[in-house]
Amino acid sequence: MGDAIAEAFRLIAVGDAALWEIVSLSLRVSLTAVALACLIGLPLGALLAIARFPGRGALIVATNSLMGLPPVLAGLLVYLLLSRAGPLGPLELLYTPTAMIIAQTVLVTPIIVALSRQVIADMHQEYDEQLRSMGITTMGAVLTLLYDARLSLLTVALAGFGRAAAEVGAVMMVGGNINHVTRVMTTTIALETSKGNLAIAVGLGLVLMLIALTVNGALMALRGTQGVARHV
Amino acid sequence: MSDALVTSGRRTLTPARGPDSVLPVAMDGVGYTIDGVTLLDDVSLRIRPGRLTAIMGANGAGKTLCLRLIQGLLQPTVGTLSHASGPVTLTGRRRIATVFQRPVLLRRSVAGNLRHALKTYRVPRAERAAMLTDLLDLAELRALAHRSARVLSSGEQQRLSIVRALAADPDLLLLDEPTANLDPYATRMIETLIRQAEARGVTVVLVTHDVGQARRLADDVVFLNRGRVTEQTPAGSFFDEPQTAEAAAYLAGRLLL
Ligand SMILES: Nc1ncnc2c1ncn2[C@@H]1O[C@H](COP(=O)(O)OP(=O)(O)OP(=O)(O)O)[C@@H](O)[C@H]1O
Ligand SMILES: [Mg+2]
Repeated sequence: MGDAIAEAFRLIAVGDAALWEIVSLSLRVSLTAVALACLIGLPLGALLAIARFPGRGALIVATNSLMGLPPVLAGLLVYLLLSRAGPLGPLELLYTPTAMIIAQTVLVTPIIVALSRQVIADMHQEYDEQLRSMGITTMGAVLTLLYDARLSLLTVALAGFGRAAAEVGAVMMVGGNINHVTRVMTTTIALETSKGNLAIAVGLGLVLMLIALTVNGALMALRGTQGVARHV
Repeated sequence: MSDALVTSGRRTLTPARGPDSVLPVAMDGVGYTIDGVTLLDDVSLRIRPGRLTAIMGANGAGKTLCLRLIQGLLQPTVGTLSHASGPVTLTGRRRIATVFQRPVLLRRSVAGNLRHALKTYRVPRAERAAMLTDLLDLAELRALAHRSARVLSSGEQQRLSIVRALAADPDLLLLDEPTANLDPYATRMIETLIRQAEARGVTVVLVTHDVGQARRLADDVVFLNRGRVTEQTPAGSFFDEPQTAEAAAYLAGRLLL
């Protein structure tokens, strides 16, 4: 056990090629998924927060419930879409990084929608009358709120990233954990642990922790800088 | 504040308003009821171009509600409210600007708030920079342009809110107690700002509890009492010989309820 940890630190310290290949694929997949989820989820969250239309309540309940969607179910859904017999089968995306990005986007989008809706609804409550008195369009109001809530929304995006980077089920199902192709941190940790290769598993675990710490540290630093915090 | 601005001959400074002006605004027999409670009852009044109308009345009389109706944020439950330019559309709403009793400033810098307003009011991009400096000068906020709007003092926030409203180049400016809580100097600054707005051809409706201020600024006074207009008269006669017991009591500092 002690050997495994020592070996893990060595792998990180020397920048082991296999390790970094896995880490960089993980980051690429999860960051792309979060970016896509934000692209879809932020405008949707803002619309749910400010627009009134039939079915809005149901949509809010749906997104709130989907926040807790088990990753394997997101994986299953995307698997069915991409499998040879599925509607998107001809694209031959199954077991590619693209498939993993799609699966994580499905997983993370509801989180972005639900959390950003809450943030924006609170701010909308405060801004609504002022903005309406200015004769702003709905689109204008959405953009204003997205901009003014940018810091809280960054936290929302990071929550989404945390979820994406930590999940195993979805990427395992649609990525297949193929060496050099679709192997990411979480799937590798699962596989190598079962094979008894604890060093690489622990090494990747440490990197995963480090990423989480860096992200949260950066966020706190950002909140602390007067450049952002002064707009109380 | 620099008077040069008022005479610098920009588009916004033309006192004469076009034929599409929202003025005059007329309320006829307007009532507003919410949850079975009648908050405004049979309110009739006229807002005429170029005349400053002060709306006065005790707390809860319905002054703020009146402004919301005029701005088009609420619809009367009975009666008619008409703007000379016709029903208030989204664009039409930009012809009227409100400074609320508790102004909401965006989580941006002073300049950022004004830039947002200029954009929202569809001021052509090429004109925005010049107008921004102009508005900052008008409010004497140039030194604070990069400060967060939400940490300004109340007086500074009020000044910013007023020039933000002026960014609309409105026909009609509605001010809801803009000098409540301000010291005499800040009050003077706001009053100067109001006069400068008038010099720009903006018609002002002012809600105020400050009798001295109403005397200084108002041409007409509308007195509201528990949701009803009890007087609408030229300012001079209102202060010198109020027609109703309620107005006399209000002016004498006695509250009739
Ligand atoms: N949305 C609402 N629902 C219920 N009652 C309301 C609503 N808005 C206003 N009121 C009531 O209508 C009355 C008039 O309110 P308004 O804000 O117009 O008073 P005001 O004359 O501006 O008073 P103040 O001088 O204190 O600002 C008050 O009694 C208030 O409680
Ligand atoms: Mg009021």
